[in-house]
Amino acid sequence: MSNILGDVTQGTHPEKKGFWRTYVFSTDHKVIAKQYLALSLFWAVLGGFTAYLIRWQLAHPETAAPGAGWIPEPFMYEGVVPPEFYNVLITMHGTIMVFFVAMPLLLAVFGNYLIPLMIGARDMAFPRLNMLSVWVFALASLVLLISLFVPGGAASAGWTGYPPLSARAIYTGVNWGMNLWIVAIALEFAAFLMGGINFLTTTLNMRAPGMTLFRLPLIVWMQITAGVVFMLSVGPLIAGAVMLLLDRVIGTTFYVPEGGGQPLLWQHLFWFFGHPEVYVILLPALGIILEILPVFSRKPIFGYRPIIYSTIVAGILSFIVWAHHQYVSGIDPRLAMPFSITTILISVPFALIVFAMIATLWKGSISFPTPMLFALGTLGVFLIGGLTGIFVGSAPVDIYFHDTYFVVAHFHYTLFSAVFFGGFAGLYFWFPKMFGRMMNETLGKIHFVLTFILFNTTFFPMFFLGVGGMMRRIANPMQYEFLQPLQPINVFITGSANLLLISQGIFAINFFWSLFRGRIAGPNPWQANTLEWSTSSPPPHENFHKIPTVYRGPYEYSSPETAEDWLPQNQLGLEEVKK
Amino acid sequence: MLSWLPENISTYGGDIDSLMYHIYYITGVWFLLTYGVIIVFLLRYRRQEGQKAAYVRGDSLTQASWLLVPLLIVLALDLWIDFQGSEVWAKIKIDAPSSDLLVGVTGKQFNWEIAYPGPDGKLGTADDLEMENELHVPVNKVVHVILRSKDVIHSFFLPNLRLKQDVMPGRTIEAWFEATKPGRYPLPCAELCGFGHSGMEGSLIVHSLDEYEKWVQKNWPNKP
Repeated sequence: MSNILGDVTQGTHPEKKGFWRTYVFSTDHKVIAKQYLALSLFWAVLGGFTAYLIRWQLAHPETAAPGAGWIPEPFMYEGVVPPEFYNVLITMHGTIMVFFVAMPLLLAVFGNYLIPLMIGARDMAFPRLNMLSVWVFALASLVLLISLFVPGGAASAGWTGYPPLSARAIYTGVNWGMNLWIVAIALEFAAFLMGGINFLTTTLNMRAPGMTLFRLPLIVWMQITAGVVFMLSVGPLIAGAVMLLLDRVIGTTFYVPEGGGQPLLWQHLFWFFGHPEVYVILLPALGIILEILPVFSRKPIFGYRPIIYSTIVAGILSFIVWAHHQYVSGIDPRLAMPFSITTILISVPFALIVFAMIATLWKGSISFPTPMLFALGTLGVFLIGGLTGIFVGSAPVDIYFHDTYFVVAHFHYTLFSAVFFGGFAGLYFWFPKMFGRMMNETLGKIHFVLTFILFNTTFFPMFFLGVGGMMRRIANPMQYEFLQPLQPINVFITGSANLLLISQGIFAINFFWSLFRGRIAGPNPWQANTLEWSTSSPPPHENFHKIPTVYRGPYEYSSPETAEDWLPQNQLGLEEVKK
Repeated sequence: MLSWLPENISTYGGDIDSLMYHIYYITGVWFLLTYGVIIVFLLRYRRQEGQKAAYVRGDSLTQASWLLVPLLIVLALDLWIDFQGSEVWAKIKIDAPSSDLLVGVTGKQFNWEIAYPGPDGKLGTADDLEMENELHVPVNKVVHVILRSKDVIHSFFLPNLRLKQDVMPGRTIEAWFEATKPGRYPLPCAELCGFGHSGMEGSLIVHSLDEYEKWVQKNWPNKP
């Protein structure tokens, strides 16, 4: 396989650079991945804190949330969440978790770190663009933080920002908070456009000799598919966001009916991006599981090529399902059925990927270290998310479930499983590669058991709330007589959610302790086949001392070719030796 | 799980509920099967001394049929759910029966304004009557609701009637229902509409036919 930049980079030596160029303004994809990791973990803590305040208010409305008394007026009043701020909290929770945790963690961290290592390249195709990407993301983060503190308060129109609520300051009282929210998200999109271009170009042009497209690890396929889907879907929303900003700042009426505008236009533009976005987040997480399952089953992935074809089909289908978010929004009712059918069809490629995962376990030799537990946890939780999607994907049933907690439960089962179970699986798995030390197994297992149980006790009861008719985004269920009998469920959920949040402390302790005190990992602690494990942990500057040559696919475990139960991609096998 | 559903009092609510139950049973069985298989595999094929994993790549057509057969079952079940759904959807959304009574409901931050057409049966005439948050209708009559908004998007939600419809500013959207049981039912707003969204709630009052006559007499005493 051709490697157009191979000659240029071959044989260069790691050069010593100063502190600033090594750790802050670095063009090394590994450092950039760690910078994204730091930012996404920072936002995850803040996103978790918003969840705490939301849950406290729902279970114990208008009482002081313990530990929140320090938040000054006019945000909160001695720990009590006022309704305006409740709307800020739900808006920020969604925005932070989707755009500032899920995307940086799953795409930017794992994509940046793994793609060059897995394809046998020294760095990304455009290292400076990569550095620009992380700094634009940092700027987006800064703008979003500033938006919390401007006069008039922060954005409070929900993470979906439906106009006219979001298009005119009079409806929410929020002025610059909302404008900055739009700017922050636009900057974030710009950062990920740069990342997507880099992922695609790097994978197509910089593969090591012998690394054909059908020898790529599946996570690389998933990452570039996600990147392409993101790049193709985000354009309309960026245009939509510009129109929203113009509506707010210079008084145009793209979305305001008094001037002939159409609020539904935003919903189409938002979900034309918003639904593919779900897969942009999900695919890298599935990729993580697909890397981990064969390693700890000691078995090739079942149906490597069918999985790749399914991924591409799912990527294409994701562009024609968006209106299933709008069954009750006032679109022509005749549109609902075509979108129901495409929605239900998109379950087929994902069902294939799930079946392939299960078939990979069959006749394996399965061990259960922490990364495997989280990978299996992702699969188990995602399955419930997928199955409950069939309820809300069915247009008549969605009439009832739309905008209730059933939807909230459903998308937490899909997104929490992808972002947190999938993200943790990936972090536990590649931590030794990233930092050269192993994470603690006992703490990891405790973390998994608590997260798995508490996740389910937090989010499964939300299905009951949704069936009972509880609406999303209400600040106080006790204001509704018909919801009062459901209140014990809310109290139970909040208790679980608090424990779930606290138990993440175990991960934090494990992470920082292992960073300095963990057992030295060595290059390949899991006896895995892909190229990143063929170099030292952590890899040197420019990744490989010598660019590896690839002889086979990534999942040759328990191959009859060798007495070992693993056969690295770059190791000469019997056939190559004979030649 | 579905026992938490509020009491259904609409003519088409039963169709939605039975569709819900069908999906519930299908996904429930599917869930148990998949979890069962995963758990059996994890126990049966856990790492044991001297046992090597089988080298199965799933590339050949025979092996791939392990994926394709369940996939075809998924597709068939999916299409069956869609087919059932399209009938229910058409009944509710496309083939609406002609109306016995017309009511206008206008959402505004943070109330429902209800407009009754009065004896002439037409909205926008002098004998209209306006009320806040109280939607009075007779039992067993087809009611058409003309939905409008004065400011932002609201959502007209009648949990007991399995009816939800977003209310769009700048548009007029028609929804319908037929209530089958007298009583007082909640009418919350289901779309985030501003700081007063939480608590934006009206009531649907379904009268028996006698009671409804009395209510009409009281409000339009000069009815011809």
